[in-house]
Amino acid sequence: MTAAADLPRVAADTADRLARAEPLKALLTPMADVRASLATQATRVTPAGALAGMPVVVKDNICTLEFTTSCGSRILEGYRSPFEATAIARLKAAGALIAGKTNCDEFAMGSSTEHSAYGRTHHPLDPERVPGGSSGGSAALVAAGAVPAALGSETGGSVRQPAAFCGVVGIKPTYGRVSRYGLVAFGSSLDQIGVFGRTVSDAARVLRAISGHDPLDATCEDRDALALPAEPENLQGFVVGIPKEYFPPDLDPGVRRACERALGLLKQLGASLREVSLPHTAHAIPTYYIIAPAEASSNLARYDGVRYGPRFDGAVDVRALYRSTRGQGFGPEVRRRILVGTYVLSSGYYDAYYRRAQRMRALIAQDFRTVFDRGVDLLFTPSTPSPPFKAGEKLGDPVAMYLADIFTVTANLAGLPALTLPIGRVDGLPVGGQLIAPAFLEDEMLEAAFALERVVPATGDA
Amino acid sequence: MSGTAWEAVIGLETHVQLRTRSKMFCGCSSAFGAPPNTNVCPVCLGLPGALPTVNGRAIQLAVRAALALNCQVHVRSIFARKNYFYPDLPKGYQISQYEEPLATEGSLAFTSPDRGRVTATIVRLHVEEDAGKSLHDRFPKATAVDLNRSGVPLVEIVTGPDFRSPSEARAYLLALKEVLEYADISDCDLEKGSLRVDANLSVRRAGDTALGTKTEVKNINSFAFVEKALAVERDRQIAVLAAGGRIDQQTMLYDAKANAVRPQRTKEESKDYRYFPEPDLPPLVVPEAWLTEERTALPELPAARRERFATQYGLPAQDAAVLVQSRAVADYFEAVVGAGAEAKPAANWVMGEALADANARGGALRVPAGAVARLIALVKEGAVSHQAGKRVFAALAEGGGDPRAIAGSLGLLQVADINALARWVEDVLAAHAAEVARYRTGETKLLAFFVGQVMKASQGKADPKLVSPLLLERLGG
Repeated sequence: MTAAADLPRVAADTADRLARAEPLKALLTPMADVRASLATQATRVTPAGALAGMPVVVKDNICTLEFTTSCGSRILEGYRSPFEATAIARLKAAGALIAGKTNCDEFAMGSSTEHSAYGRTHHPLDPERVPGGSSGGSAALVAAGAVPAALGSETGGSVRQPAAFCGVVGIKPTYGRVSRYGLVAFGSSLDQIGVFGRTVSDAARVLRAISGHDPLDATCEDRDALALPAEPENLQGFVVGIPKEYFPPDLDPGVRRACERALGLLKQLGASLREVSLPHTAHAIPTYYIIAPAEASSNLARYDGVRYGPRFDGAVDVRALYRSTRGQGFGPEVRRRILVGTYVLSSGYYDAYYRRAQRMRALIAQDFRTVFDRGVDLLFTPSTPSPPFKAGEKLGDPVAMYLADIFTVTANLAGLPALTLPIGRVDGLPVGGQLIAPAFLEDEMLEAAFALERVVPATGDA
Repeated sequence: MSGTAWEAVIGLETHVQLRTRSKMFCGCSSAFGAPPNTNVCPVCLGLPGALPTVNGRAIQLAVRAALALNCQVHVRSIFARKNYFYPDLPKGYQISQYEEPLATEGSLAFTSPDRGRVTATIVRLHVEEDAGKSLHDRFPKATAVDLNRSGVPLVEIVTGPDFRSPSEARAYLLALKEVLEYADISDCDLEKGSLRVDANLSVRRAGDTALGTKTEVKNINSFAFVEKALAVERDRQIAVLAAGGRIDQQTMLYDAKANAVRPQRTKEESKDYRYFPEPDLPPLVVPEAWLTEERTALPELPAARRERFATQYGLPAQDAAVLVQSRAVADYFEAVVGAGAEAKPAANWVMGEALADANARGGALRVPAGAVARLIALVKEGAVSHQAGKRVFAALAEGGGDPRAIAGSLGLLQVADINALARWVEDVLAAHAAEVARYRTGETKLLAFFVGQVMKASQGKADPKLVSPLLLERLGG
């Protein structure tokens, strides 16, 4: 907690730190606006809140009253939401300062933050590399030490993958743990707001503040806010499953070494390790790339230039207005996914694609239930198949880009909570280890993360 | 063309606005007539980040509609998105139901003008939200959009291909409207667009069992046009087929001004709605308690009530039909009977004076049922004549009060005093010496004339039953 008198200083210091991080191009809000808003917010903060004085940056697809919400897209350039997301209202009620909006792949579609209409964000450790995505701006600013925590959003790994790339903690809660009200929809059945923190504790505290039932989101479960566990002495009694499908032969050797070291540490902490199988894992990426674009094609239909956002004119009739606005307002990756989504939902193809994908999704979820029902408490996997890649490396090859999410999409498809934490470095670049837990058992996942965080050499070479 | 050789096969899709205060998926008012774009919020404007939540009241009314139409109500149903682009559809999709609707397999019996009692099948009944309204005539060369109606709760009621003529389709709609109004499900106000109809129509040779190629008839903006629109499309199809042509499966738009149909341009058409389950809403589960509640709350429906009016009160079918047309009128009639009036006179007074007054006064039944019953008693005991009773009724409607007191103050209580009657008879006969002479030469039908004159002289107060004998006595002497 921060004393009320310190708040103006915290606000000014935060603005200074964000200004120093400007070369990363992680923040979309102009610095002058950030500074002015932080100064105002500092005078209004709830001083007794659990997050009093904690500055938090927010991915640009979460609605805020303080700043515009563009979703990294031209089609929402300058858009100011008349309401704020439930998660933002809860952060403010807990005393946090909203410190600006962060860059992301357009409408959260991407794994590198290169698909932003406002330019790419740089990796804090190597400007030639990507910070991951789609919540790359949030991850980069936490990694750079500009803020202790940030909000992102996940549809297929958009918090965990950039968190792993940038060497910070990222949590994707159970679907239904955090209200989606005010999160601009991409794939509604997969979307969930997630958190970044420099430490497990920072991330967990922010998650606790934003979690809990919200009558404005019918898919948000009627549960109390997440209870934070105490940091455990050891992991005696924990059974950690190692799904063999997540350690394929072509896994990056550095990532493999870091994971093996982390597994050894889990064992030293008293956890018992068990190899398990999630047999439908190979179908996760194709399944995801049917369901997410299908929902996106519908969710993004509202951006038509009729009611808000820029209207790309010269249109003679309403069809032409749609064509010019959507043709010029959306970037190529968003257009690609709208086309894919429209195709898989069309009447001749619905059964072959969308319905089959839903069946496969159920099988993938069943894989996890089966493993958890057999006494496994948590799963440990690599968070990404490789360390951060170079900018431009995968831009021309969408499938290669999609495969960057291969270890993260399963938790979204199954609605499970998952977390990544830094477990070492390869050639100076961060590697993340992932924990996946049964639905609504974030507390057990956090216990294991606390214990591992204490012993793992997060910045040491693996 | 030969009208007898062909028959139409018609199915109807009716959209009915549910009588709720707020919209289907947000708290905005669903009231009609507010200034454009004032009953709106992030949810019904489809702003980025907004999410729908279900209005429980709308579901209750939809369940009631399903029960009233003898449907099987599915405890678990699924919302689906119907995707299409239109400027008055703010999300680019309408939240509706598709593969798993709220209710299926219902029926509604009605009286066909051609075939007597017919039972229409209700194939499905599902819940959905309305779109906004495009206004093409407000601004020159521009279309304006009013989103007050966006998100207003509807049920769509789909029949089988059960109707054989436009007039039969209309009879079904009247029966449907009656049921929905009766059970307080919808106000069915056609001017406000709270009941809208699309139709599927094909024709075939009478006696054929296979169905012809159908067209969809849309834009039937008023109830009054249903029959006309369907007749125009039926005749168009018959003409095409009679000339050896074939019917294209397409959507026809009805133009009321020209009383004609024209095919919708294919560009206006989006046949593929890309339905898929609405991920923002979990499956709709109707609590068992709601089913019980709505089943209990369901009033006696018009068909059953007509039947009962005929048997319990011995009313002619025509009377029962008139009284039951409106639930308020039927309730009123039963209240008059309940206050002690006999059924037939009660029916006559309600259908006559009460309905005439209500129609002239915007629908309000202004005279309390108890007062009507007392007035009927006054007429029956002969204290006021039927004619005078109507004046008492009018006075009751204007100012209320007790019927006998009003009859007294208006001087309408009938006079049975033989001396007073004798005086009026004397005066009338004295004043009409010529007619008296004619009567006495055999023109006896003049008796009615003398009775009328006596009634006139007495200002209606003379008891006509006593006047005739008196006259006969005086004239016959």
